[in-house]
Amino acid sequence: MRTLLSAIAIGVQVTMILTLVGVSYGMLGDIAARTRGTGADLMVRPPDSSVIGFSGSMPERLVPLVRETPHISIATGVLQQNVGTIDYIMGIHLHEFDQMSGGFQYESGGPFQAPSDLIVDEVFARSKHVKVGDMVNIGKNWRVCGIVVPGKLSRTFADIAGLQEMYSSTGQITTIFVKTDQPENIPAVMSELNTRLAGYKIYSMEEYVSLISVNNIPELRKFTEVVIGLGLVIGFLVVFLSMYTAVLERTREIGILKALGASPAYILDMLLRETVLLSIAGSIAGFLMSYGARAAMHAFVPTMTTEIVYGWWPYAALIALVASLIGAIYPGLKAARQDAIEALSYD
Amino acid sequence: MIEVRDLKKVYHVGEVDVQALRGVNLNVARGEFVAVVGPSGSGKSTLFHILGGLTPPTSGSIAIDGHDLLKMTDSQRTNLRKTTVGFVFQKYNLLPTLTAEENIEIARHIAGKKAEIDAQFLEVLRMLGIEGRLHHKPRALSGGEQQRVAIARAIVNHPAILLADEPTGNLDSENSHAVLTVLRDLNDRLGQTILMITHDPEAAAYAHRIVHMKDGRIVD
Repeated sequence: MRTLLSAIAIGVQVTMILTLVGVSYGMLGDIAARTRGTGADLMVRPPDSSVIGFSGSMPERLVPLVRETPHISIATGVLQQNVGTIDYIMGIHLHEFDQMSGGFQYESGGPFQAPSDLIVDEVFARSKHVKVGDMVNIGKNWRVCGIVVPGKLSRTFADIAGLQEMYSSTGQITTIFVKTDQPENIPAVMSELNTRLAGYKIYSMEEYVSLISVNNIPELRKFTEVVIGLGLVIGFLVVFLSMYTAVLERTREIGILKALGASPAYILDMLLRETVLLSIAGSIAGFLMSYGARAAMHAFVPTMTTEIVYGWWPYAALIALVASLIGAIYPGLKAARQDAIEALSYD
Repeated sequence: MIEVRDLKKVYHVGEVDVQALRGVNLNVARGEFVAVVGPSGSGKSTLFHILGGLTPPTSGSIAIDGHDLLKMTDSQRTNLRKTTVGFVFQKYNLLPTLTAEENIEIARHIAGKKAEIDAQFLEVLRMLGIEGRLHHKPRALSGGEQQRVAIARAIVNHPAILLADEPTGNLDSENSHAVLTVLRDLNDRLGQTILMITHDPEAAAYAHRIVHMKDGRIVD
């Protein structure tokens, strides 16, 4: 029973790491896919912006300047307004955004009718249990006017003018999405925009999507490292306690082995082998539990897309193994140094 | 086979020195079956532990099969237990999670022997009457059977000497007789040198020679 519980505890550690990585990959993949869903070829971002988060702002009057650039068919400015720790609303010019992205597919409802109207995607509607006509509070109270198929930039959209006014951001935008007349003109347009908007960040869509990774988001990378560190500590503690208990329980057995001529190295080797097996069993349990975690995330937090990242399985197993071996060293040495006569008289 | 001269052992218990052995002299020839008899506290178990290399002596000289135990390091005494001495304990001391066969095999594994058990040993298993019980775990065996498995484990690596500490202490008279008969057969048929510690005169009577211990000395 103790061994089973230890394996499950190691499995929880592995699941924790895999779920975090799965959420990171899933969320970033989702962001990349939704950004592609705008239909844009290029993006113009403020000079002080980061890759994720649409931070920084720039004047909306740059949009006409961009439109004047040769080979650009559509250019539209959007405002990402953060309204909580992770929630945000995307302010758009609906007509321009529809033109660029191919248009929203409404599952129910329709376009904005008033400044406080909100278009949400189906995932958001499901997670918040809202339907057209319902009021939803995201920073302020909004009326859901339309529910659309997901996959276009954001999960929540408002009319940009109303949003700018509500949040005192009149005349400010966070990104300009640009569509060229021909894909082969993208390099030339990029070059021209770099000249016209010196200091601003100009990304091709492919370039931008490739930047959406854990390694390019320092906060996420640090968070991942913290969780891996926690995983190491949990694995260490679980195996330490488990093996320490095992050594105490098996004091007499260790004495028997010593009487039979087992050296300290033999005893240590035996316990470390057991630890490796425990760690492998725990890792397998963790792999299986990560599917359960993904199903739970999908059911309870549908807005957090979670992937099973098979490439991380070896890393998670290695982390569990290292933590387990570190946890087994002290109990193993204690067992190896045990006095045979005292151990044999232990009841 | 065993030469013990003026063997002394002092245990330090807190600030008190306890003299467990006060100058033991003992010779055991190859192929002999010797019983060491004495009351509790006479030093029998201490002698057993020293002869088995489980604890070092304080002074004197002690040689088993030509190996001087006084000069041995911990590692050399571990090696002695692996190759030269086999133990049988009062409480059997089988590993409870292993079958009888695995209990025997682990002794071979510790000794680094990978080959199959030889035909001679299979004959020994038949002699011990446990060849049909090898796949059972200790909890499914009677006390007598467990002790016979322990004897098989003790001699599987062909030790120069078999040390038995109260081997019938936990057995009824029927099983005691069976175990002691097995020990005497091992001695008679295989020439196994045996040193048995007991406080039971009836058990001691199975040996070729009986020596008595009292207050940390051999008294006759």
